[in-house]
Amino acid sequence: MSESQSSSPHSFHRATDVERGARVRFVFDGRTIEAYAGESVAAALMAAGVRTLRASPRTEAPRGAFCWMGLCQECVVIADGVRRPACRLEVRDGMVIMPGTVP
Amino acid sequence: MSGETDLIVVGGGPAGVEAALAASERGLSVRLVDEAPQAGGQVYRAPPRAFGAKFQQKADPIGVRLRDRLRASAVQTHFDHSVWSASPGYRIDALGPDGAVSWRARAVIAATGAQERVVPFPGWTLPGVTGLAGATIMLKSQGMLPGAVTLVAGQGPLLLAVAIGILKAGGKLAAVIDLASQADWLADWPAIASQPRLALRGLAWQAILRRAGVPVLYRHAIRSAEAQGDQLLVSVGAVDAEGAPVAGRDRSFVVDALTVGNGLTASTDITRLMRAEHRFDSLRGGWVPQLDTDFRTTLPGLYVAGDGAGIAGAAAAAIDGRLAGLAVAHDLGQCDDAAYQNLIAPLRRSALRARKFGTAMAKLMVLRPAQVAAIADETIVCRCEDVTQGEICTAVREGARGVNQVKAWTRCGMGPCQGRICGDIVGQLVTGQGNAREEAGYFTGRTPFRPLPLDELAPPIAYGDLQLPPPAPL
Repeated sequence: MSESQSSSPHSFHRATDVERGARVRFVFDGRTIEAYAGESVAAALMAAGVRTLRASPRTEAPRGAFCWMGLCQECVVIADGVRRPACRLEVRDGMVIMPGTVP
Repeated sequence: MSGETDLIVVGGGPAGVEAALAASERGLSVRLVDEAPQAGGQVYRAPPRAFGAKFQQKADPIGVRLRDRLRASAVQTHFDHSVWSASPGYRIDALGPDGAVSWRARAVIAATGAQERVVPFPGWTLPGVTGLAGATIMLKSQGMLPGAVTLVAGQGPLLLAVAIGILKAGGKLAAVIDLASQADWLADWPAIASQPRLALRGLAWQAILRRAGVPVLYRHAIRSAEAQGDQLLVSVGAVDAEGAPVAGRDRSFVVDALTVGNGLTASTDITRLMRAEHRFDSLRGGWVPQLDTDFRTTLPGLYVAGDGAGIAGAAAAAIDGRLAGLAVAHDLGQCDDAAYQNLIAPLRRSALRARKFGTAMAKLMVLRPAQVAAIADETIVCRCEDVTQGEICTAVREGARGVNQVKAWTRCGMGPCQGRICGDIVGQLVTGQGNAREEAGYFTGRTPFRPLPLDELAPPIAYGDLQLPPPAPL
């Protein structure tokens, strides 16, 4: 996959003077996302311009990370088949992640 | 079962770590459990281990020392473990990287800290709207900005902390929207000045905002937010001293992100589940466990310390944690009366000092009932189940007298967050309809505290592998 097809890790979300971990790649909803070890899935997705992580159960409205500390469950995604809050899940190379919408 | 200790401390923030250390120093066997990868809690959250040395050095030195002392102690630590249940005996159940574990102990200290309260407004559920506490996590532990241009709103000390954090990380601020007036900030100046280091930091922060030319709108609040492409169109208006909207010209901002918070509430999962007594204390963040002077709940062997006992701030939490650890040592016979009194007297004096500052901050974070009364009908209050203010107030008009009845009738608070995000607001909405806040009550504690993947609790079973007992003889 060429660099232009995947999200650029040089996002305005990432403070510039921070030494991050090793480059990793994971897939969210079919799209390859570049991130750095130590980042949470929620933060890495935000940096890639992805803030909508699921739809709410009743109104099917877009939702994303809200409390960032694992309480609100708004950022739940399905990571390698398991429902996990994206804010408490660290990125790993090769992860396959889907939106957390309950079918 | 994976072993019994004298004490289990749930929560690895300043209160939990100090409690564990104090009890361990008196010879108790102590286990400390936290869902984060390292100790520090939210206030001293450790940077990810994979990030470079320069970022590690930015961590608050108080948190670094806390982690060093814990590592050097005899306390058995279990990080990355999420506690999902507590039962009499005491038994604590947690889920960690290697699956489900369960421990027993003679005593438990709940040091589970605080969670953020946000007063709902139309659009607060949009992606890009986050809590102030969430923004501090992005900034401090991820080195990330909520957006290129952010609007920071709400009340209390986190407002300034987030605004400054964004500027220091190279971000831009559209404005800071403060529910409080400038006079509110100055009202408790003597108490604030009792912690000179923190008081001076606050003054320096205000100077940084002024120099950066960031508009600060006092006595203002968010009216609404709506999506505008990838950005948010946020409407802001004036409020009175009670938090009620004041008619006038609203202002609009187009920003990448909105971070907003209305103070903290105590995390009381364990004491609510165990059915300990609670009392309502609006200054301390709402419903808090009822404690005696030695941090004992109404259940023998169950103690609470830190913001989970009522909001008083990190400095007070650390001292209270130490006091709670000593109380357990005393109650389990590892510290006689005389030694106990000698140890706690100086700590109680410093706790009083730390509490003065914490109380001044807590006052700035108190929920303003008129702001809740102004929530419009169609505004979602319970994010998990998409329940609106209108549905909640209809239930109350039809006779629901407490939050648990509202929950049963509307599903409000029944979702995966267990009512943590909406609980305090729902209690206030029920109260606003003529019931006392005490009568409105609090959501009954339930397990699991966090949603659990069931197959991690019990691995998939193949029927052929089941070891069946031999059939009984006929």
